[in-house]
Amino acid sequence: MSAVLSATGLHKAYGKATALAGADLRVEEGELVGLLGPNGAGKSTLVKIACGLVRPTGGHLEVLGVPAGSLQARSGIGYLAELFRFPDWLSANELLELHQRLAESDGGPGERAELLAMVGLGDAGAKKVGAMSKGMQQRLGIAQALIGSPRLLMLDEPTSALDPVGRRTVRDLLAQLRERGVAVLLNSHLLSEVELVCDRVAIMLGGRIVQEGAPSALARARGVEVQTASGTKVFGEAGREDAPRIVADLVAAGELVYSVRVLSSTLEDAYLEAVAEA
Amino acid sequence: MSGARIVAGYAVRECVRRRVFVVVLILTVAFLALYAWGAWAVFRSVTDFAGESNPVEAEVVTGSTIFGLAMFSILFLGAVLAVFLTLGAVRGDAERGLLQPLVVRPLGRTQMLAGRFMAAAGVCAAYVLVVYALAMVITGAAGGWWPDRVLAPGVGLAAGVVVIAGLALLGSVYLSATANGIAVFMLFGAGLVAGLLGEIGEALSSEGLENVSSVAAWLLPFEALYQSGLAGLTADASGFTDVAVQLGPFGGAQDSSPLLWPWAAAYVLLLGVAARAGFARRDL
Repeated sequence: MSAVLSATGLHKAYGKATALAGADLRVEEGELVGLLGPNGAGKSTLVKIACGLVRPTGGHLEVLGVPAGSLQARSGIGYLAELFRFPDWLSANELLELHQRLAESDGGPGERAELLAMVGLGDAGAKKVGAMSKGMQQRLGIAQALIGSPRLLMLDEPTSALDPVGRRTVRDLLAQLRERGVAVLLNSHLLSEVELVCDRVAIMLGGRIVQEGAPSALARARGVEVQTASGTKVFGEAGREDAPRIVADLVAAGELVYSVRVLSSTLEDAYLEAVAEA
Repeated sequence: MSGARIVAGYAVRECVRRRVFVVVLILTVAFLALYAWGAWAVFRSVTDFAGESNPVEAEVVTGSTIFGLAMFSILFLGAVLAVFLTLGAVRGDAERGLLQPLVVRPLGRTQMLAGRFMAAAGVCAAYVLVVYALAMVITGAAGGWWPDRVLAPGVGLAAGVVVIAGLALLGSVYLSATANGIAVFMLFGAGLVAGLLGEIGEALSSEGLENVSSVAAWLLPFEALYQSGLAGLTADASGFTDVAVQLGPFGGAQDSSPLLWPWAAAYVLLLGVAARAGFARRDL
């Protein structure tokens, strides 16, 4: 697989404040990567550099094999900012048409209708942005980011204003995009969602990536819990592979075993641990 | 430049849908109605005093004076439109989150700026030319007076407003919308005051005042373009009529240096270069 995004030693300082302090990140083609971190960790800055909105003060970032921010890089990406706004006076269709022209997409009305349907706004094409709820605008923003079939989609908190149904729609959409080979970099505070949809997760702290891996790999084993006739026993250091031996030892010791459960931490636990360690 | 054209088309639609455009249109209708009424009344009262033995052509003095006043009003309304259409074009729109989705698209920031400028300049210039033409027709219908140069004063006025739009666009790269609006209106006022000082300097033969006015005219050429337009109204006046025009509130206008128009074009270009340099470095 080739990288659609590759950041090496990326630095960004706003005056005396450091937003990025040597961030390294790779996103492979068709991969769905979740970027986690507390406020001020540098997630949005990294994404903005990738989009050409912010200039790095050091390091290197390539998007689709060319420097981030170049016209070639921007022609292959889709982006939805955390704090965005569309002109109130445009309808959903007019907004998408404007972005089709700017992105030089020849998808025409078919592409607009398909994208609106994908985000659950199939019958809202004529509706003015000003008359839409925040959640509808967020879904329209995702449709806008998908104009021109980008190879890399960067979404900054795309579900923050969505209700559970809207979030489910976006999750399904992301899964659909992965099937099409679109790489996605997802900034989100909603760890449960990231855990559900992402192939890989990178945790950012203080402008650096401090942990990365598959959500299941980051969620460490936390022991084995066994219910016996004499009560519940927890073997804190044990993992899944230790469970048969533990049960065998207990049975050999004359215990009656009723149930065995392998305990593992959630992505949220892993995230909180990483933040606490830092 | 196709990206600039797309942005310009979008910005023109945005311009005409903004509330300020409606406000300016209402003010314009009110201004033209009052102007028509005033022009009709002034020409009637002057006709009562005019006689065959009078060496001053009363309708020329009256027409050029009230039409000069109309041009000042048109410049002011055009400046209001230019400033309000561009004051938040970069930093203001970026702070509201409107700019980022557009800038991420594969068009250069230069094209983005060029498109915004083309739209604002086009809308404002068209507005000024239309109102200028209407005011001229009203003056002609009310008193039978027409400017000696029909087109040049209107073009000068429109060019002046285009310069103001360029200043406001440059300011929008560095300043927040409110600060930019205040700064550009202060520059507008400074330009007008400098022009007034020049007229006073000329009347008093004060070289110092005239120099101040001249320097200000080069630094803020919209005032010189306006003055050049005023001078075109009575370019062919002579004798006592010319003397009377010179004594009037808009009589001090001098025809411009031949370098004014090339300088105004270069000035707008310099504003564009400065705006581009600032926008290229701006983090959004």
